[in-house]
Amino acid sequence: MSVWPEERLATVDHFNTVDMTINVGPQHPATHGVFRMILTVDGEVVVDCEPYIGYLHRGLEKLTENHDYRQSMGWWDRTDYLAGMACEMAYCMAVEKIGNIEVPERAEYIRVMMVELSRILSHFMFFGAFGADVGSFGTSFIYAWRERERIYDFFEEVAGDRMFPTYFRPGGVQMDLPDNYESRIRWLLGSIRQGLEDFDGLLTGNEIFVERCRNLSPVTQEDAINWGLTGPMLRATGLKWDLRKDEPYSIYPNLKFDIPTGSQGDVFDRFIVRMAEAWQSTLIIEQCLDMLPKGLVLNPDLPKTLRIDEGEAYVRTEGTKGEYGVYALAKGGNKPYRMKLRSPSFCNLSALKKMVVGSYVADAIIILGSLDIVLGEVDK
Amino acid sequence: MMLFADPLFGLPSWIDAIIRVLIVVLAMTLVVVYLTYGERKVVARFQQRLGPTRTGPGGLLQGFADALKLVTKEDIRPANADRWVFELAPYATFIPVFLVLVALPFAENWGVRNLALGLFYVFAILGLNIVGILMAGLGSGNKYALLGGVRAAAQMISYEIPLVVSLLCVVMITGAEDGMNGVGTLNLNLIAALQEDRPYIVLQPLAFLIFFTAMLSELHRAPFDIPVAESEIVGGYFVEYSGIRWSMFQLSEYASMWGFSVFGSVVFLGGWAWPFGVDAHWTIQLGTTLVKSLAFIIAIFWVRTTVPRLRIDQLMNFSWKVLLELSFLQLIVNGFILYYEWPQELLALTSAIGAGLLIFLIIRHATTRSTSGLVGTYKTLGTASQ
Repeated sequence: MSVWPEERLATVDHFNTVDMTINVGPQHPATHGVFRMILTVDGEVVVDCEPYIGYLHRGLEKLTENHDYRQSMGWWDRTDYLAGMACEMAYCMAVEKIGNIEVPERAEYIRVMMVELSRILSHFMFFGAFGADVGSFGTSFIYAWRERERIYDFFEEVAGDRMFPTYFRPGGVQMDLPDNYESRIRWLLGSIRQGLEDFDGLLTGNEIFVERCRNLSPVTQEDAINWGLTGPMLRATGLKWDLRKDEPYSIYPNLKFDIPTGSQGDVFDRFIVRMAEAWQSTLIIEQCLDMLPKGLVLNPDLPKTLRIDEGEAYVRTEGTKGEYGVYALAKGGNKPYRMKLRSPSFCNLSALKKMVVGSYVADAIIILGSLDIVLGEVDK
Repeated sequence: MMLFADPLFGLPSWIDAIIRVLIVVLAMTLVVVYLTYGERKVVARFQQRLGPTRTGPGGLLQGFADALKLVTKEDIRPANADRWVFELAPYATFIPVFLVLVALPFAENWGVRNLALGLFYVFAILGLNIVGILMAGLGSGNKYALLGGVRAAAQMISYEIPLVVSLLCVVMITGAEDGMNGVGTLNLNLIAALQEDRPYIVLQPLAFLIFFTAMLSELHRAPFDIPVAESEIVGGYFVEYSGIRWSMFQLSEYASMWGFSVFGSVVFLGGWAWPFGVDAHWTIQLGTTLVKSLAFIIAIFWVRTTVPRLRIDQLMNFSWKVLLELSFLQLIVNGFILYYEWPQELLALTSAIGAGLLIFLIIRHATTRSTSGLVGTYKTLGTASQ
């Protein structure tokens, strides 16, 4: 849907128009937090886009270097704050890898269930916010909120906190699931599926929604790889790349699930891939429930203060937005020497300019929305 | 048929006019206050919420609380705003909307004035509305407001044409009624009275669809809320307004919504005359008009909560390439049928076919372009990746 540059040049020749810069953010309803971009527009067409980030920088990596391995958990929750457990998973796996810590099998199953619930949660927030970007006046947002609240209620029962559960520990999880977990999760899955059906009815079948999103900023597979896109953004182009399958970790090899892919890499595919992915996550959770073994949930041999002598590792997991990688380097003591986060939102956001230039202002907003960025993760 | 009979209590005509204007202004203010409340309640139900509940029983005083809050807020004028343009814009938006209410017949004898060219007057006056919006957009000294104002101007000009043409279709039909001698009328009261037996929506469903769509656009309601798109230009032309001036914009928005609803129910749904007839008591006539306009308003809310927003070029395409052609087609077909004096059933049939065609085209367009059903293929475990 690019109307630039040929038509733009014609306009300049005939009318001698002047480009206008528009500041979008950091306080703008469509920037999903404190992202800021300066759009240069020729009428309604974006000719340049300059993103500014860093408004939510909290020094995550430096904070981690100055805290005990277990104390840092809370910081990592706050990177992708829509799916805290998925971030905890990556952090714990990195610490376990450099410290050679074993994780009980039951804990692994609980972890995968929680991560998949987080993935559903994050995708629901995407559907809601994206619907609002496209202009669905809050209805999609409230629909998403219903499922989000139910999942958060369950998280609160499990871990004692909603958004930042700090539930995982190096070597397992903090405590076992509540007694009625099975009926609670099965009820939750039914509710989630109903929510997905509702979104299918509200958005994907809607003529205007399809018209707005189809063929908008299509990304080829080659470009996606060159730009470093990961997660649903990459899979929307048709490339079947999911770390849960391609570099399996935890108990994912034991589980059966499909990797949804799109065909054109346009905004509609990005939406529909996330939709299908959320549905697949419900299937994963169901399998985990059936296979959940009995036993401990936390490695009992761990000392009170975790000390790791030497170690270096890069762990990458399939986070909710893409490849969530953690590089860890330990040189003795109870603190890591260096921790580095490879955040998918940041890498996906770096391709924004290439996607936005040439589109309409209204489309620039929904392209930004389709990236599904979380500013906590972008700014670290 | 006595329409808008003698002045009230035998008063001089100008005093009678003032009294009627005062009543309409008061009624309009009350309606606007409760429309905002009603919108919040109805939208809340669509979104599985409760809406306002705290102010008064069931939140019924919410509108007054909001109004009180708005008048006590500071009236801010940005430093780089064009002072007089900025300050007069809310009035330039509001006055035309109010003037429209002068011509609307709420019941046989209830209205400010029974204008012979009522339909024409309504459109002449509504066209002025855009001046205030452009003034607000240009005078605010804000780029979002500028974009909003320019979008609004382009949009309202484009949609006025199908709107007027769809109403002309109805005006043509009025000429074929008994006792009209082949001459159509622009008198709104007479148009309502002529629909005593059946509303014109039965004869002209396609014109009604076009009217409703164009009306949504003229009112800047979803899916045509492009000039005020909150997620893009953060409110559009009134982004810099606060306090009482902002509430003037809100007032004019809701008043024009109500005005359009009454107008649409008079032209297409039979106004006060159908289904209880022209001889019904005035309370029944008034109630009929209000219920019909309420149905319009709830339909507007319903659309607003359900559909996303169009893009500006899609909006223009829809107006110039779909609605305009269909409305002219309707006009031509009506002309043939009325000229050769074919039966009115044919009128209803052709228009219904047109309306069906429009809906069919839209649905077919949506289902062929989308990949709906893709989610369905992932609901069960496939074998592809195993």
